[in-house]
Amino acid sequence: MQDVKRTVITGKAISLDGNDIDTDRIIPARFLRCVTFDDLGAHAFEDDRKQLAEKGKRHAFDDPSRQEARVLVVDRNFGCGSSREHAPQALMRWNKGIAAIIGESYAEIFFGNCVALGVPCLTATHDAIQELKKELASDPALEISVDLERKEARAGKVRAALSMPEGARKQLLTGRWDSSTELLEGKAAIASTAKALPYFGHWH
Amino acid sequence: MGKSLYDKVFEKHAVRQLQEGQYQLLMGLHLIHEVTSPQAFSMLRERGLTVPYPERTFATCDHIIPTKSQLRPFQDELAEQMLVELEKNCAQYGIRYLSPKKGEQGIVHVVGPELGLTQPGTTVCCGDSHTSTHGAFGAIAFGIGTTQVRDVLATQTLAMDKLKVRRIEVNGKLRPGVYAKDVVLYVIQQLGVQGGMGYAYEFGGTVFDAFTMEERMTVCNMSIEGGARCGYVNPDATTYAYLKDREYSPKGAAWEQAVKYWDSMRSDADAAYDHIVQYRAQDIEPMVTWGITPAQSTAVNAKLPQASSFAEGDRPLIEEAYQYMGFTPGAALAGQKIDVAFIGSCTNGRFSDFEEVVKHLKASGKKVKPGVRALVVPGSQKVRERMIEAGFDKVFTEAGFEFREAGCSMCLAMNPDKLVGRELCASSSNRNFKGRQGSPTGRTLLMSPVMVAAAAISGGVADAREVFAIKS
Repeated sequence: MQDVKRTVITGKAISLDGNDIDTDRIIPARFLRCVTFDDLGAHAFEDDRKQLAEKGKRHAFDDPSRQEARVLVVDRNFGCGSSREHAPQALMRWNKGIAAIIGESYAEIFFGNCVALGVPCLTATHDAIQELKKELASDPALEISVDLERKEARAGKVRAALSMPEGARKQLLTGRWDSSTELLEGKAAIASTAKALPYFGHWH
Repeated sequence: MGKSLYDKVFEKHAVRQLQEGQYQLLMGLHLIHEVTSPQAFSMLRERGLTVPYPERTFATCDHIIPTKSQLRPFQDELAEQMLVELEKNCAQYGIRYLSPKKGEQGIVHVVGPELGLTQPGTTVCCGDSHTSTHGAFGAIAFGIGTTQVRDVLATQTLAMDKLKVRRIEVNGKLRPGVYAKDVVLYVIQQLGVQGGMGYAYEFGGTVFDAFTMEERMTVCNMSIEGGARCGYVNPDATTYAYLKDREYSPKGAAWEQAVKYWDSMRSDADAAYDHIVQYRAQDIEPMVTWGITPAQSTAVNAKLPQASSFAEGDRPLIEEAYQYMGFTPGAALAGQKIDVAFIGSCTNGRFSDFEEVVKHLKASGKKVKPGVRALVVPGSQKVRERMIEAGFDKVFTEAGFEFREAGCSMCLAMNPDKLVGRELCASSSNRNFKGRQGSPTGRTLLMSPVMVAAAAISGGVADAREVFAIKS
């Protein structure tokens, strides 16, 4: 059985520059015409990648030396916009699969979707992110460790303090991020809360 | 200190605290559509889970449905497959499907309120970020992902953290030609697209008190564009008048009981807020976005801002926006030629949105400029029916607009209505992200429906107050 505990995630890294990268950019809407998430990985950032390629530039996701990356480093308000879980699903299914994200901040729905899929999104200060990015840019082979227990990222000579809301961090550490089991256990409490609501089962 | 509506609704719906500190929150209403639900049903099947409260989930089809003809099977096989899946899932689990065949279909955030499903003092969720719309009724309403859709189907609950509450007051009187859309674009411009992170937005003040329910929905709809997962307006006589006699509204003695409950859920006069901001209605002008986030907007007659007027950290995005849009700082947006005009979406696809445009089209007798592709897309089949009864279809088609079937249409590029190449679109929708309207290089200018009509007539961005002689 797959280990569901998320304590330290180690792997190569990939960085993206820019604030407010929305989920339409992570996975363009036309790829949402599907009934499974299976084939989304190949289309992560597809339009951004194409447009840069047309200008003779290269998107990080097209960099041959970054194809094995498991940790994504981003800036502020990553994953804003649409609630589509297809966005984290695409990242999880891109090549080896993004298994952890470090950024300045995340849009809330995106953050919640990631936790529900067991992908930790940790935050660090602007300066720490820039320092990490600089270190990672120097060597594509460099591995980064994202340590949820010690709330720290380690890459080469850089150590960066990380933070994450305690509840989500504990869920990931203990492997209890798959919410269904715990929610199902509340069956009796659900029924009594529903009964106490004046509208539930009465006028609505 | 008193409590806010958010606090009261959260407390009433909190089932228990979970091991890691989150709350298990009961959902009063769950709405689903064809895009974010199929995988959730697959997960239910894989795990052998059932749906214990099927009567609290309602389904519609909006994102993928073509607006030229809703005839089945759809030409797009993938779209057809998604709808077949939705129909099958609803039938298997006993969920009411608002079918196009019965004239019940529409955008999820238009049909919920229309049926009286969205009610004050309740919790509402949907696998769609614009679920914040339903907060207009004094509900706590927010978007969720597909795994959470699974959780709601299986347990009628979600694991949630409690948000902080920011009260946003707009006081005074809006000037003629300034609409709800302008108010929300202004608020987002002031607070930024990440300003609402961690907050629920409570909209209050004399402007919101005077707004109709449809205007309140326009504002709450775009809370998420300001980073706030939910936004709401306290329920009042306007809310109750809207709800009276709708299909799912309480009737008879239950109505009296409901009003009592709804009144009790309003924020207390001495409610504690984590943050309060106040704006003056007279400072708000007709707004237009010029960039690639909903906060990158300006008053229609103002010059486009210089990158240097933004904080240093924001400048790369500002420069990226100018490059993508092909606009120049210091220039005016007015007069900028457009290719497409779109009136519709969950933000501005309701009857009163079209009614206001029709009023100005009739009074001015003006027509869409040749060369501009102009679409009018009702938010639901019921809205469309009412429009036809009122003769709006004729007014629009005679003025040069295409009058379409109900759906999300050109808001989001999942159906045949899309921009082509670098086309520039004046749009009453909610997102101006890169590629949002279906062409990876397409460009969107967000504005009110009346401003879109003014742009369609002028062939370029224009101040609707001048085009339609709206006196200030």
